[in-house]
Amino acid sequence: MNTLKPETYFWQGSEACAEGAIAAGCRFFAGYPITPASEIAEHMAKRLPQVGGIAIQMEDELASIGAVIGASWTGAKAMTATSGPGFSLMQESIGYAFMTETPCVVVDVQRLGPSTGQATKCGQGDVMQSRWGTHGDCTAIVLSPNSVQEMFTLTIKAFNLAEKYRTPVILLADEVVAHMREQATVPLIKSIEIINRRKPKAGEKAFFGLEEIPPMPAVGEGFNVAVTGSTHNEYGIRFTADPVVHRKLVERLNHKIENHTDEIADVEAYNVDNCQVGIVSFGCTSRAVPEAVEKAEEKGIKAGYIRLRTVWPFPEKIVRKMAESAEKIIVPEMNLKQIFYEVERAANGLAKVAPLNKIGGGELITPEELLAKILEEQK
Amino acid sequence: MTKNAFSVKKYLRDLKLPFCPGCGIFTIMNSFLRAVHELGYENLSKFAFCSGIGCSSWIPSPYFKADSIHTLHGRSIPVATGIKLLRPDLNVVVFGGDGDIVGIGLSHFIHAARRNLDILVIMVNNMVYGMTGGQVAPTTPLGAKTTTTPYGTFEYPIDAPKLAAAAGACYSARWTTAHPNELRESIKKAIKMKGFRFIEVVSHCPTAFGRRAGFRNAGEMIKWFKEKAIPIEQTEEMGWKELTEKIVIGEYIQTRKPTLTEIIHKKIEEARKKFES
Repeated sequence: MNTLKPETYFWQGSEACAEGAIAAGCRFFAGYPITPASEIAEHMAKRLPQVGGIAIQMEDELASIGAVIGASWTGAKAMTATSGPGFSLMQESIGYAFMTETPCVVVDVQRLGPSTGQATKCGQGDVMQSRWGTHGDCTAIVLSPNSVQEMFTLTIKAFNLAEKYRTPVILLADEVVAHMREQATVPLIKSIEIINRRKPKAGEKAFFGLEEIPPMPAVGEGFNVAVTGSTHNEYGIRFTADPVVHRKLVERLNHKIENHTDEIADVEAYNVDNCQVGIVSFGCTSRAVPEAVEKAEEKGIKAGYIRLRTVWPFPEKIVRKMAESAEKIIVPEMNLKQIFYEVERAANGLAKVAPLNKIGGGELITPEELLAKILEEQK
Repeated sequence: MTKNAFSVKKYLRDLKLPFCPGCGIFTIMNSFLRAVHELGYENLSKFAFCSGIGCSSWIPSPYFKADSIHTLHGRSIPVATGIKLLRPDLNVVVFGGDGDIVGIGLSHFIHAARRNLDILVIMVNNMVYGMTGGQVAPTTPLGAKTTTTPYGTFEYPIDAPKLAAAAGACYSARWTTAHPNELRESIKKAIKMKGFRFIEVVSHCPTAFGRRAGFRNAGEMIKWFKEKAIPIEQTEEMGWKELTEKIVIGEYIQTRKPTLTEIIHKKIEEARKKFES
């Protein structure tokens, strides 16, 4: 039983993530050591057995996410945590989890790539990988925490979305939010909204269709469930050549998320419909935004911001709304323009979208740099 | 049909099997289901099956009237790990080909044996990548022609049962499709045992391997297996050259030691009690 008390804790982001997972009902963790995500595995290894759960270190990331998928099919909530290189290795299985409608949570604590890059330094270069990393037509749900508090709350949310939509959900954290320590407030565990997957009734047979989000049985419950990453019909029977079966399945899998974009899209917004200059940011970079906006306002510039808690599906509507009022939208990112083009697409020519990018050494974009960019764009 | 009569229909969904005429998989499927029947299981509700990608991964999925998870290529053992850890009460059985288990999935195979993960792995070794049309595999005999070794292979094949035994398996054996009775008895024994259990079945694949290796039909391949097979007991004095010419059959190891699930659940119970007190 989870006996975590409602209190304000001084936690590391990784610890908050582990506690959030346990609060959400996660009882299985499989992972492989990687900087800067190892602390999550260490916290899970210590805490899960205390609440009757299992944490195991596997031989690699391929095995880690495989075990998570197996665990999910026993009815358990399961998670893995990794960083860039491991996230790359997991991509095939993320597609499998999407195709088989296996709820699970994958935490990607972003570090500086490509390749081994600067392994201990912060980056935000996995934005597009989290959306398009696996092959084929997939729609991803990706959340981006910017504080230790959100490492707790968004991990819970990630599990809730995974269970609700029967799909893998990615928590796109970064080295800064995972390693920093700050306060996080935990409410009464019983008061936290927890969503559990819908189970089939006795005699039900369609676990992969007929409904937008079909019920999910577990192995060993007598449902004789046939799970496959190959194209399958509503009953899990493989159809490797039938065009109609494929279309029906893959369109449903994508639509079941796309059709709920408004419900899933979560942002923190300030002055969106009354700003000259808007800023769209996410993750650790967004921590510099309020101060820069405040200083711009002191200089008489009407500024606003959108912070993406949901990166994917992209909260397009609110960005469009900002573009209707703002002349300029600045997109600060610790990568070489990834979410920038998405903002530009959403703005659709209504505002000029300006990038502000910084990579290397884990150096953050500072409020001063952001302010300078706001002033430059205001000229 | 009396309750105790054997019929594959008890265990199979009403679907047309996809395997080529003359495929060894029919023999293996039959041996497995007969073993299950002879052990007294009237259905497969106490089992969970995992498989990867390849012809033999289609043995349980979706044809067995059971829970089956048809995973990615090479990843059946990790998925089985997740299932077994949370459902230690189920008989978790992995079916896979030689490419799946000891090619792309080799690392998982070794680590599952090392951990003594409580599952049974049945590897159908057709000596080739059959589903993709007959490319060289880690199990292809030295010198054999395949589509990607048109001049004959230049590599030694892997000895999977020996590897499993060395890595920590509790049971490890090899048979061929020319030895269905031995295979059935071996499966029965393995199902009743605990720990990591591995059975390799050298299987005839007339379509993707046999015809390029000079066999005219399945029958010729089975005859070849019979001629090449040698009981493990008779191989002690043999050098690599003689062994390369043979298919060693028999049991490599039979032992009992605490399994991963036994150890892990004990640890969890201890940790939980300590935390709650």
